[in-house]
Amino acid sequence: MTGSRKLLIFGGMALAAFGMLYGLQYALFVEHQTLDHMGGSLAQSFTAAASRNLGQSQTALEQYGETKYDYVRQVDAHSHWIGLAMLMIVLGVIFERVNFSEGIRQLVAFSLLAGSALFPLAIILQTYHHGALVLKALAVVASGLVIAALAATAWGFARPRTTA
Amino acid sequence: MPAIPRAFPDRASVAPAKPALAFAPHFAPMSARRLYIFGGIALIAAGLLFGDIFAVFILHQNAALQGEALIAASRAVAAGNAAAVNEVFAHLGSVLEDRGTKVDAHVHMIGAGYLALLLALVQPYIALSRQTKKSLAVLFIAGGVLLPVGIFLIHYVGLTASPFTAIGWASVLADSAGALLILVLIVQAWGFRKYLRSRQLSEPELPEEDSMPRRALLTGGTILVLLGFLHGAYYAGALLYEHERMETAILQRLINAATAGNLDAAATEVNNFGGLAGARAVNIAAHSHIIEFGLLAMLLSFVQPFVFLSEKWKRRWVKVLLGGSVILPVFVLLELKFGLLAGGIADIGGLMVMVALVGMLAGILRYSGGLEVAVNKSAEGAR
Repeated sequence: MTGSRKLLIFGGMALAAFGMLYGLQYALFVEHQTLDHMGGSLAQSFTAAASRNLGQSQTALEQYGETKYDYVRQVDAHSHWIGLAMLMIVLGVIFERVNFSEGIRQLVAFSLLAGSALFPLAIILQTYHHGALVLKALAVVASGLVIAALAATAWGFARPRTTA
Repeated sequence: MPAIPRAFPDRASVAPAKPALAFAPHFAPMSARRLYIFGGIALIAAGLLFGDIFAVFILHQNAALQGEALIAASRAVAAGNAAAVNEVFAHLGSVLEDRGTKVDAHVHMIGAGYLALLLALVQPYIALSRQTKKSLAVLFIAGGVLLPVGIFLIHYVGLTASPFTAIGWASVLADSAGALLILVLIVQAWGFRKYLRSRQLSEPELPEEDSMPRRALLTGGTILVLLGFLHGAYYAGALLYEHERMETAILQRLINAATAGNLDAAATEVNNFGGLAGARAVNIAAHSHIIEFGLLAMLLSFVQPFVFLSEKWKRRWVKVLLGGSVILPVFVLLELKFGLLAGGIADIGGLMVMVALVGMLAGILRYSGGLEVAVNKSAEGAR
């Protein structure tokens, strides 16, 4: 088995297991409380408005927005880690059909692994620093790495066979 | 060399290819690989069926219930009745949980099916005993079934007889099934590590076959995944943050209108909220479905040598699958413009994928039985 295939299969399995473990701990210790908090904040913003306490209503609505911002990103990161990991494993099985030299294949595989690990990580870190430009940039670069690696893979599949 | 009798003498065109014959002993009934392939495709088909039923009979009705709840909440705010607001939101929470758990059950069932197919592919590189691999496959399929079942039941079981404050027994079932999947995956990783040390395949690798269905699924799948990535990047860059800002802005205007007693304006904002929720839902659904179908096509390209159907039928199922894989996400996106008509066409796309999957599954079932007969008779002839 070539180095690029090992990188994709082993890296993919590790990333899938990590993504699942993350999802499990989130479901056990965070998700239910977050959903309660999210629903509670929205309800509170309406009840406060019914009591004509508009300041409290506004604060509760902002809390709802922030909690939902975090929730969406936590769930997205979990699903993207596992989804990208599955793609890596699938590609790992057939990566020798990518008709580039092994050196280029390793570069593509590494880009896929790095992008797949960093993109969801950047999303999760945004829940600790809302709107941080550095983290948005990291997410863009990491997702760009994944897209570029996949485009290179598609190109490699389409090329006539010249290398083993 | 003794002749290999045809498993299906009346259908000469469906005789197995040579690479597939070499692979046959490791595709025997109840082998780990067979369990993963059958279980995986069955889980994906069941997940798609559940998704289609959900889309047709529950999704839009649930969205209408959410709108009605928000209208009721705005009326309660206008009347200054805080207790009524709380009642409405308790009901709204239940409506959202109903929707959320069904979406999650659909997603997790299909996800477990994909993982099962993946594990089938990597079995040659898992250096564990045949019995251990089989037991792991049984555990994985059991976990893959119990996880979505547990998630589905969360809404109906709730906190009944639960000793926990926020987690009910259905959640415990779902979490336990999730832990089982993780455990199986960890053992597989350990088996893969053992392979890396010994460098000995535990069973033959998948046969090389350069057929049109296989190439079409591989190329089409890669293109679908790439399109999905590009759409996701566009959505995240151009729409995600705007939609998040719009949501709180609409809710703020809704509350303000209700507080001022302007129920018409409040109703308009509820409609805006529904429109925004719809826009987010279709974009996310299109993004996730096109990638899922791309991955599915790539996975199915590997099992094509074992789809015991004529070349013509194999090509048909591939076309139906790829056609449905494009129709569903494209028409889900068009729902914003063309409403239920586009939604109906999207559902037909989902049905096409499902039918193609069942067709291929039938071919795999026919293949394994027939091949074993052929191989056994061949071995007897050789003796």
